[in-house]
Amino acid sequence: MKKQSNQLSNLLLAAMVALVLVLSSCGKANQGPTSGALSGNAASKVYVAPGQYDEFYAFMSGGFSGQIAAYGLPSGRLLKVIPVFSVDPEKGYGFNEETKPLLNTSHGFIPWDDAHHPALSQTNGETDGRWIFINGNNTPRLARIDLSTFETAEILEIPNSGGNHSSPYLTQNTEYVVAGTRFSVPIPQKDVAISSYAENFKGALSFVKVEPTTGRMNIEFQVLMPGLNFDLASSGKGPSHGWTFFTSYNSEMKNSLLEVNASQNDKDFVAAVNWKKAEEYLKAGKAKDFPANYMHNVYSDETHTATSTAMKSVKVLIPSECPGLVYLLPTPKSPHGVDVDPTGEYIVCSGKLSADITAHSFPKMLKAIEDKAFDGDISGVPIIKFESVLGGTVKEPGLGPLHTEFDGKGNAYTSFFISSEIVKWKVGTWEVIDRQPTYYSIGHLMVPGGNSMKPEGKYVVALNKITKDRYLPTGPELTQSAQLYAIDGDKMELLLDFPTIGEPHYAQGISAEKIKPKSKQFFKLSENKHPYVTPTEKDAKVVREGNNVHVYMTMIRSHFMPDNIEGFKVGDKVYFHVTNLEQDFDVPHGFAVMGATNAELLIMPGQTETLVWEPKKEGVFPLYCTDFCSALHQEMQGYARVSPAGSATALKWWLGDEKPVQ
Amino acid sequence: MKNSVLNLLTIIVLLAAFGCSSDKPEAAATGDSSVKPKSMVAEEPDPMTNKGVGPITSIELGASVDQALADKGKAIYEAKCTACHKPTEKFIGPAPKGILDRRSPEWVMNMILAPEKMVKEDPIAKKLLMEFNGSPMANQNLTQDEARQVLEYFRTL
Repeated sequence: MKKQSNQLSNLLLAAMVALVLVLSSCGKANQGPTSGALSGNAASKVYVAPGQYDEFYAFMSGGFSGQIAAYGLPSGRLLKVIPVFSVDPEKGYGFNEETKPLLNTSHGFIPWDDAHHPALSQTNGETDGRWIFINGNNTPRLARIDLSTFETAEILEIPNSGGNHSSPYLTQNTEYVVAGTRFSVPIPQKDVAISSYAENFKGALSFVKVEPTTGRMNIEFQVLMPGLNFDLASSGKGPSHGWTFFTSYNSEMKNSLLEVNASQNDKDFVAAVNWKKAEEYLKAGKAKDFPANYMHNVYSDETHTATSTAMKSVKVLIPSECPGLVYLLPTPKSPHGVDVDPTGEYIVCSGKLSADITAHSFPKMLKAIEDKAFDGDISGVPIIKFESVLGGTVKEPGLGPLHTEFDGKGNAYTSFFISSEIVKWKVGTWEVIDRQPTYYSIGHLMVPGGNSMKPEGKYVVALNKITKDRYLPTGPELTQSAQLYAIDGDKMELLLDFPTIGEPHYAQGISAEKIKPKSKQFFKLSENKHPYVTPTEKDAKVVREGNNVHVYMTMIRSHFMPDNIEGFKVGDKVYFHVTNLEQDFDVPHGFAVMGATNAELLIMPGQTETLVWEPKKEGVFPLYCTDFCSALHQEMQGYARVSPAGSATALKWWLGDEKPVQ
Repeated sequence: MKNSVLNLLTIIVLLAAFGCSSDKPEAAATGDSSVKPKSMVAEEPDPMTNKGVGPITSIELGASVDQALADKGKAIYEAKCTACHKPTEKFIGPAPKGILDRRSPEWVMNMILAPEKMVKEDPIAKKLLMEFNGSPMANQNLTQDEARQVLEYFRTL
């Protein structure tokens, strides 16, 4: 009996061990290296059931992909890649005739850029879900994306800039998006020795006015600053509304081996620009007209077409001639991020080579200006005494501070690149409350609304520069990644890793409810003012103008009209102007023709797009719909006949049994 | 004592077997062979009284055609319907000529306003979808007023 009971006990023990093993493996398909997400309910916090929506949209910059990617939070599901500065053959962006003008610059058509910092439009210091702006870093530009369509609506080139990095960082009512140059350059550009940097190079800070109803951008003025490298920016809010703060490095004003040469000075500067004062100087006629050469490109949802306009001058304010316009705030060791807290009182600066985080006080700054507590000037721009503007210091919170976001509850979250962590600290007491590691080397971080006056402090997203062992390897190039942390408790909690497109720099987040109800479902055909629209099938036609042939074509489930065309000739330039006649949600059609050297068209319901086709050989070439549209999608096809140059083949077209038109 | 240990053992083994799965075991056992599949041949409703499924439950047609209404309907039909429907002959979809001799007015409007629902739930619309090779009736997002105008135009064909 005893023996039997022992056997039973052993059996019981074995069963319990088995149970523990089985239960502990639940929901953990892969136990790789330190996951960080140790809490058992992390999965349930990011689980969005099939058919359910995420609570937030997150817009991640694509970095060197030149695009913006829209994700859902907390799931980390990718919703859309929005093409902005780089062509996207999947959507025909930059390949169809309608969107090419968006990528036009004073250097000609540019198919790529490096996009860093998205900025959601704000009203009264709160994100409003109308537009998102983003900077093009390489060939200086600013873009505006319409959040009713998730399409790029406007791209403005920034003249007198050597790289648009400290941008867009807009003001609390979207009065301005700003565009500070990363590299100082000769202004206006000219052929000079690089070694004449100190004498000839200047840094322009551009203030781009945003028209409040249409969102259209216009360079209102530029402030011509000494030859510093302007890095990031943050516009004031509440009491500090009317000011914008730009960090800078290279106060040494060197032009080579900056790694060493721009890290010599103990302090660099934050430039505080009083843009309301600038408006007064503009009114008083203090601005100088500088010749400039830049492009302003605007897309119309009515014509479904962008236009590109050459701009020829820009208004410039010179700080030495405009007292009170700009002040320099000494800030330790090459400050990178600058972030004004939601109350508008503190200007949090992260000296990337400093051990501390420095917070300047806006009220102290005003007092210092009043008291003229200055420590000299650079080219007529007063330098405020460091002690007179310093509001507080977070002492040795980590290594390599970069950026700070806020949760609206008095807490700040700063990213530390070198020590690879997020540190939570209290604004005003400057005490460190919590820290969590990131995997690995975090750059920017984002709390939805975390740079506005009304943060939605539920999550923080870490945007990491290095991925290493976090995912299955994919050869030498690894995915970039984001990590989601819950911040609604006392302690931050890592919930999720997810890959991102390109290299994400900054990001923005917003409650889905601010965007979802306004999302456009289709374009009304009756409002289509495209010059080559084909509003009904009976309007379809083919028109020859010399070597240019214009095809007015329609598409609906599941045929083209016309779908057979004869009379093209080698050497022709054929314009397929294709109108999608559908008037329903989620019924785009694609269009592709064999041998096209550009891309496909992806045409939304009610929209017209144009593909240029220059057939090089005679023959009969298929065309078809590329976007699965119906049970008869595979039948949505046609033929284009190409005859030799100079042949007598008549131009004719038809659909089905109809008599060909010619 | 022995029994209670055995019971505990049983519970543990069951937990180990099912504890981590949220799938109900009966989900796999729904293929109950005693339930006969419903007849594939549904009762054909009377096409003249079947109103279909959708927002329209009752429509009164005037004794004579309202020409102004029909003219508006013609314009809409030409802009949004002719890619698939020729007025008097079969094309991608059927011709609307004489439609009110074959269907109730409510059915016609529901087919215009809620085609996705109709081809799933209405027996006549389901059959038509197959007859026209699975080519879907596009929802062109007409308003109820516009659909009514198009219906009036159909009376003139």
